[in-house]
Amino acid sequence: MIGPNHYLFLSAIVFTIGAVGVLTRRNVIIIFMSIELMLNAVNLNLIAFSAHLQDLAGQVFVVFVITVAAAEAAVGLGIVIALFRNRETINMDEIDLMRG
Amino acid sequence: MDLNYAALLPEILLAVAGILLMLAIPVLPSRQQVRLGYAASLALAAALVTALLQWGDHGPAFFGMVSMDALGGAARILFLVSSAAVALISVSYLKRERLRHGEYFPLLLMATVGMSLMAVSADLIMTFLGLEILSISSYVLAGYRRGDPRSNESALKYFLLGAFSTAFMLYGIALLYGAAGSTKYAGIAEAATQGQAETATFLLGLGLLLVGFGFKAALAPLHVWTPDVYQGAPVPITAHLAVGSKAAVLITLLRLLHQVFPASADQWQTLLWIASAATMIIGNVAALTQTDVKRLLAYSSIAHAGYILLGVIANSPRGAQGVLFYLAAYSLMTLGAFAVVQVFARREERFTKLEDFRGIGYRHPLLSVSLTIFLLSLIGIPPTAGFYGKLFLFSAAVEADLVALVILAVLASAVGLYYYLQLIVLMFMKEAASPPEPVPVPLAARIVILLMAAGTLYLGVYPAQVLSIAGEAAGL
Amino acid sequence: METYLFYALALILVTFSILTVTARNPVRSAVYLVSALLAVAGFFFLLEAEFVGAVQVLVYVGGIMVLFLFVIMLVSIEALDRQPKVSRQWRTGVVLAVVLCLELSLLIFRGTVSLEEGLAEPGIITTTETMNTEAVGTVLYSTYLLPFEIASVLLLVAIVGAVVLAKKEI
Repeated sequence: MIGPNHYLFLSAIVFTIGAVGVLTRRNVIIIFMSIELMLNAVNLNLIAFSAHLQDLAGQVFVVFVITVAAAEAAVGLGIVIALFRNRETINMDEIDLMRG
Repeated sequence: MDLNYAALLPEILLAVAGILLMLAIPVLPSRQQVRLGYAASLALAAALVTALLQWGDHGPAFFGMVSMDALGGAARILFLVSSAAVALISVSYLKRERLRHGEYFPLLLMATVGMSLMAVSADLIMTFLGLEILSISSYVLAGYRRGDPRSNESALKYFLLGAFSTAFMLYGIALLYGAAGSTKYAGIAEAATQGQAETATFLLGLGLLLVGFGFKAALAPLHVWTPDVYQGAPVPITAHLAVGSKAAVLITLLRLLHQVFPASADQWQTLLWIASAATMIIGNVAALTQTDVKRLLAYSSIAHAGYILLGVIANSPRGAQGVLFYLAAYSLMTLGAFAVVQVFARREERFTKLEDFRGIGYRHPLLSVSLTIFLLSLIGIPPTAGFYGKLFLFSAAVEADLVALVILAVLASAVGLYYYLQLIVLMFMKEAASPPEPVPVPLAARIVILLMAAGTLYLGVYPAQVLSIAGEAAGL
Repeated sequence: METYLFYALALILVTFSILTVTARNPVRSAVYLVSALLAVAGFFFLLEAEFVGAVQVLVYVGGIMVLFLFVIMLVSIEALDRQPKVSRQWRTGVVLAVVLCLELSLLIFRGTVSLEEGLAEPGIITTTETMNTEAVGTVLYSTYLLPFEIASVLLLVAIVGAVVLAKKEI
């Protein structure tokens, strides 16, 4: 029988993969996609708990998380476009104008 | 439990005003777009009046999603004042930098709605949404100078680290939901007292939640994004990030830790002890070598968040009172300092280096004297707001047996003395390097600077009234 | 049956997650991510959360990922070749990841017992009584009315923000 622990473990793995992606990749868009992966790990967790607890709050929360992900995607990609227009790069290592 | 729309009247007012402002963009001729800024300030003032009239209203609203209490009421007033000041210093900024007014002010109003909702929320879902409204509008505002690569970079860094920290916070919330079976503050607090607080799932959830909040409040070692973001953002937005946004995160953190997680106090006190010590040390030491005034104030704001944590760690009503009073004092002096920087920076923010302030003391007395007041207050010298702020905060911490941390805070403040005084000395004791250039001080910015200076001195002389309001909000 | 489906979907999810973060080309990365998101949707259906599963497919896969692909096409094709695959700080990243993974699995395995010990309080509406979509809809428009309305403010902010930042001339 598959219990919430299986889902907890799976989502921990996916979350970690996403976090590694954020920390190791330098392409802004791939970093952003890794963050989406982390959010999905969270969603998986929430739905598993929701099923386990027989409580709908988790499912409602996932709807809001997806809404927020959509909003973040729109704004984040807007920022990427604005940056690319001025700098012609989306590599984090090159995005370093300010030093103190 | 019913809807009770009236409880959120200030927020509804702001949201409607934001939408109306956007509708007004195509109607107004381009020369009159400046009026949008004043309209936004008026909306904030109206919301402030409403919030003041509602002071003392308590109870849940919207099916228990939000809960009105004195803490939320006080926080709301603080955010509205801060946003109004930001709006007023933005008007001349946008005009000078030839940026569009139309979208800027609605975004600022919505950010204020987000901050308010965080402070009155009674459910982690609501808190999360409030935080996201605040964050997303702040990402956009940080990148509002679209043609300036520094502003792009600021927005991008803020966005990526903000989204990353959101993921951690959400993971924490998910685990807490699993452990407690509810996302409501009351439900989590109840589950915690029934033994759930000891489980690894609960503690891990709390830890990840704190990581998320640590990022958003720029606590060491999660502060690395702050200097770049603050330096690259438009000056009024830097003020918004350093004051309103930071205060919203810290007040929400205070409410969560004191009201929802008192059962896990041992654990989070240890974590925050380390974070507070690191934040104070890193903020003050890194500020010593800065040459850009925006960056200097960024590190200074990091350091002040470290002091504020003292009151959170104290885990007592006196500590919460200290936090709220300090936030009020900090808001006044930081907003004032950024208002001066905004005016002084002039077109395209050319003059933000410390060297640019050399010898301006007698040439621009309004700017230099008021900046001196703000800096003295940031140091914590009487008779300014910062002195009483530190006094109340540190005494609450001593009462809670945090003597070592208080000693550390006093030492860190002493380090701060150096870089704040350095700027004052530069203004008054040194000869200017370049021939004088006029610095126009627009009326709205002048009003903000004078009001903030007056407020800083008022709190430094008569702290009693604000202290009693903070005490009421803290449940004393 | 449920067990087999779980492991099959888990295998797909983990494989495509790894591919997403390791792919050199962002377009491939996006396509792998789409597959991973579909696997997550599969889990949602498996857990009888049909509404959220449908939202996942429609909004995430159909909306957000298409936006990603658009921007990748717009931005990075020519910039791709001169990019190092991983950053200068990959070692820190890997160390952090290993620590994080160990900690998470340790804590989850230790927390296992307490989590399963009778936490299943009855929810607002139990999912078994009515259709899932109907139940979610009811809750969304009653208890969670305020977050629902606030989400529209959030989306408004995002629309305005995206236009302000990305449009050539405003």
